[in-house]
Amino acid sequence: MLEAHPGLPEFDYIKPKTLAEASRFLADHAGEARPLSGGTDIFVRMRDGVWKDKYLVDIKGLDGTDEIVYDPSKGLTIGAAVAMNRVSAHPDVKKHYAALADAVDKVASYQLRNRATIVGNICNASPAGDTIGACLLLGGALDVHGVDGARTEPLASFFEGPGSTALKPGDVVTSLRLPLPPKGLVGRYYKLGRNKSSDLSIIGVTVVGFPDKRAASGYRIKLALASVAPTPLVVAQVEEILAAKPVTEQTIAEAAQAAMDACTPIDDVRASARYRKMMARNLSQKALTEIWNQLGR
Amino acid sequence: MSDLFNVNVTVNGTLYEREVEPRILLSDFLRHDLGLTGTHVGCEHGVCGACTVLFDGNPVRSCLMFAVQTNGHEVTTVEGLGDIDDLHPIQQAFWEAHALQCGFCTPGFLTTLVPFLEENPDPSEEEIRNAISGNLCRCTGYQHIVEAVQLAAEKMRA
Repeated sequence: MLEAHPGLPEFDYIKPKTLAEASRFLADHAGEARPLSGGTDIFVRMRDGVWKDKYLVDIKGLDGTDEIVYDPSKGLTIGAAVAMNRVSAHPDVKKHYAALADAVDKVASYQLRNRATIVGNICNASPAGDTIGACLLLGGALDVHGVDGARTEPLASFFEGPGSTALKPGDVVTSLRLPLPPKGLVGRYYKLGRNKSSDLSIIGVTVVGFPDKRAASGYRIKLALASVAPTPLVVAQVEEILAAKPVTEQTIAEAAQAAMDACTPIDDVRASARYRKMMARNLSQKALTEIWNQLGR
Repeated sequence: MSDLFNVNVTVNGTLYEREVEPRILLSDFLRHDLGLTGTHVGCEHGVCGACTVLFDGNPVRSCLMFAVQTNGHEVTTVEGLGDIDDLHPIQQAFWEAHALQCGFCTPGFLTTLVPFLEENPDPSEEEIRNAISGNLCRCTGYQHIVEAVQLAAEKMRA
């Protein structure tokens, strides 16, 4: 029978009062329950029949997850329920974590960012996640509440594949933590999409850089790519090349080539793999050049 | 059927108490349960912006929220902005500057723009284009919409 309005499949809505209750329910219903935060991905996947969870567990606003705090001695803590627009509007985020503020402002649209969260973007583990590169390069870690209590998951080892992470049934991420930024940190996110707004990235390039006396070149410049591999990709060779050799037009070109060589993109509706690889090089070169100019060369 | 939930939500200043299934989207709740058909449903994937409403004063996609999540909150739809005898300055400006043809996308533009103009009383063209970048219009090519926003900003500053 064809329904006049397909709507969403039936499910039960669970609104736990505590983190312990949420973890317990999610663990007891592993495989059929999913945490619901901003919901901006969940709705689309459920409507398209990709996800058919029996239970949605609304974790928005549990036990202090709705706070964003910058501590000048520790760094930044972004609660899991904090909507993206609140993050990019936060004066300390703009000032100390420019790459993140920039990436957040390039996610989908303003209306969507009033619901979507950074922690949700991370847990969704899409290779295209716009904010993930900045969180990785800034040394982010997640506070996780599981059935056995609280623990920390560094982002560097968090992503296992598209949609697949180190999280286990019953885990609820409560916040993202970013350490204090190094002195003189600059950063940006470059997004190549089919249009300027709303679409997922064809590729995304996050760069951060700061002066570092321990590097032979005097600078530490890091780069991460989105939509070019099964997981968000930090290209370690870029950092190595630009730390070991003086930063010049030539070494930037070499580093951009290394970024291209590190990619293993796929063909999809947005672009071909070949185009993605070429754009990974070109946009990396542009990004590295601009960050280098910003560092004051 | 899934358990029903009680929803107490204030829409356009009126408190509504309803029982809903959890899977009912806010957009469908507004249109079908409350009869507020000014909120239009386009892509239902959070892309087109036609279903934009104000949730506690902030523009959100009503196709990406469940009605049950509005319990205890405030929603403003296009019907809450003004009526034919007393249009909101932005509505008036859309009328005067011919910022709509078919009008399907208009409620989403209006609800997006109300808080934008409150926060940015004198926006540049670039800021306007950025503000409406999450709303798709297939008729106008956006030029008249941008002009309407400039006109509305003028009216609201006066």
